[in-house]
Amino acid sequence: MNVIIMGCGRVGAELARLLDTQGHKVTILDVDASSFDKLPPNFSGTALLEDATDEEVLEKAGIAQADAFVAVTREDDKNAMAAQIAKQIFNVPKVICRIYDPLREEFYESLGLEGISPTVVFARLLKEKLEK
Amino acid sequence: MYVIIIGAGEVGRHLGKELLNTGHEVLIIEKEHKVCEQLGNELGSVSLCGDGCEVALLTKAGIARADMFIAVTDEDEDNLAACQIAKQKFNVPRVIAKINNPRNEHIFAKLGIDNVVDAVALILEHIKAQAAISPLVHLLSLKEQELELVLVRVAEGSAAAGKWVKELSLPLDSVVSLLIREGQKSQIPTSDTVLQPGDQLVCLIPHGSEESVQDIFAS
Repeated sequence: MNVIIMGCGRVGAELARLLDTQGHKVTILDVDASSFDKLPPNFSGTALLEDATDEEVLEKAGIAQADAFVAVTREDDKNAMAAQIAKQIFNVPKVICRIYDPLREEFYESLGLEGISPTVVFARLLKEKLEK
Repeated sequence: MYVIIIGAGEVGRHLGKELLNTGHEVLIIEKEHKVCEQLGNELGSVSLCGDGCEVALLTKAGIARADMFIAVTDEDEDNLAACQIAKQKFNVPRVIAKINNPRNEHIFAKLGIDNVVDAVALILEHIKAQAAISPLVHLLSLKEQELELVLVRVAEGSAAAGKWVKELSLPLDSVVSLLIREGQKSQIPTSDTVLQPGDQLVCLIPHGSEESVQDIFAS
């Protein structure tokens, strides 16, 4: 699989590492160069110091050949915008974005985006653990 | 009219002030506490501190009864998110976004936000007009009619210089509506008006025909 990840925070870097070790082709973007320190030394993918809410940047990152696009910066709006560009303009088959605000996540789902709200997921997980 | 403005930068503040002065109900939503406070001192209690893209905050702001929603922050992704929520979740009748990166105009349109104000393009047009760099300057886009109101300057040696207005090979549906000639009173040109270098014309032309119009007036 050919995957583009926007945001090299803890989640982005870890996802990149997992996919990379499984032999997938990974391109990861972030606007902060030091964020790439979180990638393992043997990371064989591509790291780009760019803002992925830009069409030209996404083209450069090879979005036309991407099978999946994942937006996990810490800003909901950036994630939503990049995910919509990937889905509506470049027709990437699988697009997932992180949306912290649960109400906004619901809204983006109504627009056809696949969103994950860590707030909701974590709360549910905690509840399950408590009930066990 | 109840107008919600997102972003209390220079644009948001001045817009809010003008709308208040013309008797509208205004609420300005701003992320930064400090800016919010300043706004309160300047304009009274018309501001709400928080993230204008948050559904809960917008609900509290009474977005359901808003007549107009204007997002003018310096971040395009924030303006997009706020406008999409206003338009597609709360069905606000009029939604307008400022875009800071001209490349985003068609992205916004594709994602359902077609009333945008391109800040950079506007400034460029004004600079071009003042510096007389380009023979054609955009004055106004009538998007629904797909027409552009433009100001053109007849350059020395151009195809238009010395011609009758009726001889100009302007695109179909173009209207030459005003002639501005130095030292004379501005007038509505007739088809027999002869154009001189230095004349300026206000024309209504079809959207997308700017280049061919420019070629007629450039040297």
